[in-house]
Amino acid sequence: MIIDILAGAVRGGTSIMYAGLGETVSERAGVVNLGTEGAMLVGALGGYAVTAGTGDPWIGVLGGALAGALLSLVHAVLVVSRGANQFASGLTLYFLALGVTALFGAGFVSRQINAFATVPVPVLSEIPGVGPVLFDHDPLVYVAYVAAPLVWWVLYRTRVGLLVRTAGERPQALQVHGYSVTAVRYGATVVGGALAGVAGSHLSIAYTNSWFENMVAGRGFIAVALVIFAMWNPLRIMAGAYLFGAALSLASVLQTAGVAVNQFALNLVPFVLTLAVLAVLGRRTLQAAPDELLRVFDSSRAA
Amino acid sequence: MLRTRTVRAAVAATVAAAVVAVLAACSPAASGASGGGAPAAASDVAPGEGATKIGVIAVGPRDDFGYNQAVHQGVEALRAEFPGIEVLDAYNIPEDDTAATTMESMVAQGATILFATSYGHLDAARQVAAAHPEVVVVHQGGLLDPAPPNMGTYFGSVYEPVYLAGIAAGAATRTGKLGYVYAIPIPQTLANINAFTLGARSVRPDATVTAVSTTSWCDPATQADRTASLLASGVDVMTQHQDCTKTVIEATEAAGAFTVGYHADASSLAPEGWLTGSEWDWGPLYTQIVRTAVAGDFVGSEFNGNYRAAMAGGENPFVASAFGPSVTDATKALVAAAAADLAAGGSPFTGPVLAQDGSVVVPEGETPSVDVIEQMDYFVEGVVGTVS
Repeated sequence: MIIDILAGAVRGGTSIMYAGLGETVSERAGVVNLGTEGAMLVGALGGYAVTAGTGDPWIGVLGGALAGALLSLVHAVLVVSRGANQFASGLTLYFLALGVTALFGAGFVSRQINAFATVPVPVLSEIPGVGPVLFDHDPLVYVAYVAAPLVWWVLYRTRVGLLVRTAGERPQALQVHGYSVTAVRYGATVVGGALAGVAGSHLSIAYTNSWFENMVAGRGFIAVALVIFAMWNPLRIMAGAYLFGAALSLASVLQTAGVAVNQFALNLVPFVLTLAVLAVLGRRTLQAAPDELLRVFDSSRAA
Repeated sequence: MLRTRTVRAAVAATVAAAVVAVLAACSPAASGASGGGAPAAASDVAPGEGATKIGVIAVGPRDDFGYNQAVHQGVEALRAEFPGIEVLDAYNIPEDDTAATTMESMVAQGATILFATSYGHLDAARQVAAAHPEVVVVHQGGLLDPAPPNMGTYFGSVYEPVYLAGIAAGAATRTGKLGYVYAIPIPQTLANINAFTLGARSVRPDATVTAVSTTSWCDPATQADRTASLLASGVDVMTQHQDCTKTVIEATEAAGAFTVGYHADASSLAPEGWLTGSEWDWGPLYTQIVRTAVAGDFVGSEFNGNYRAAMAGGENPFVASAFGPSVTDATKALVAAAAADLAAGGSPFTGPVLAQDGSVVVPEGETPSVDVIEQMDYFVEGVVGTVS
């Protein structure tokens, strides 16, 4: 039962992790993107449609990433270039994505695709306990194992990462050194959207093999909450995503075991968990936040 | 979709009744169909009598592999059965004023029998029926209390083919563990889960059905999680009560387990593991309604009310799907025998039926009426799960 919960946590947490990593990159540069849910939706449909068209789920993931990147590019234009309110822009883009994907997705609802299959890792998947939890999944789950440390490494150990973090902490310093804050924020927002697109693709072409209207069902918003929860740290995002995945999986495993619990109450677990962490960490989350975000939170004034 | 329809139908019927009451109070002349004399032809010709045109509206596309495609197939059946009658059909008709406008336009073109096939078309159907007493308006799945002389609702006994599918599932399972992914616990889903369980246990007395809720009519990611969990627990036959069925079926097939379908024949998604399922077949019932109306016999007939077809009448529009490759002749014979029993007036819920806690919910020899079944609020013995 524990193994089932943990295996479910890894499978179900993967999409939340990709989206959370994307949002981290974006927010590190000073741009909050509440449209992450929308970027996941266009990513889910884009990934599904491209996979249906090409027959190759890897090309499908690229299509999903591109769709998420394009939606987030609109966000970047509005908030970075036009100085629009970040919250208003993000939420509006979410609703736009919801409508657009419902419209263009209708034709894909009953389409069959060549989706990602479960690929057990030789030898490792045989290890009792660890094997089924970590090494008996679809390829995008394995890529995610590398993605979180990679995003951490880029943000904290490379020049590009330094530029992104400086854009979020002290944009004036970038300007002094002759860099364009606008360009860095565009880049971070678009990369963040691409990762959210990968997250959506994981849902549609690896996890469910289906496209359906509004299929992301709030996971993008969980990812945005996760970024605060993880205090903008990609490695904590990884842990937090699996924790949320476990909370989602708990409902399945307990019901399957016949434990008498209210399934509607179980649905609330991820959100109660988020509130609990916010309550415990309190101001510490603010101290960890990029300085530019505090300006966004304080006055809703973008750069 | 079906379940939400029926649940909301009760609410809508109440609201509609209130609206009618208010209208009647405000303008007494408007609701008295025969008294006003405005519709001239109402006197000699019965509603729908001698119809030369029929109108059918549906809420979704004609090729959705589900509920609306089934309506389209019913339309085709009418065309084949009545070559002399023109059938006007309209799809993607929203559950708003468009429904009334579309039906009015069909009446203007000469249609005197109308089928409104989505739950949310009920108010529009009432409105058009009140304005045109010479036109028969029937609604798919709603409830009327009481039905005006030119109106009625119709639906099927959905749990009957689900019971038959349960027999096939009980015969196929090796582990004795069956899985049921359902949306929310309402009488119609509970009746299906219970019928499936009773069917399975009629041939495999120790079988259990683990029922897990997704709390949604379509959330593929939650379905995937529920399915993975059920399959990991040793379940080897999966079925579901969801609007979108693809995710569960493909995951089940990939795991090498058996599938029992719902809504439509999805055997192409599970070429190896498909056992059977339940799907719509409206043709015979549509035909019967039209024949009754054309003959001038609609008023006072069984269709001039809330008509619920069952296999005993031979025209249940919800039927068993074709069998998959692994179903043995012995199993097919068991299903055929049970189907014959239902056709002879039997019921999946003929007592004794025990609830999960062992208490008797249907005493020995009794058969609950459809009204009682549509108020079911418990799981039967053999179901693992909680109604909450």
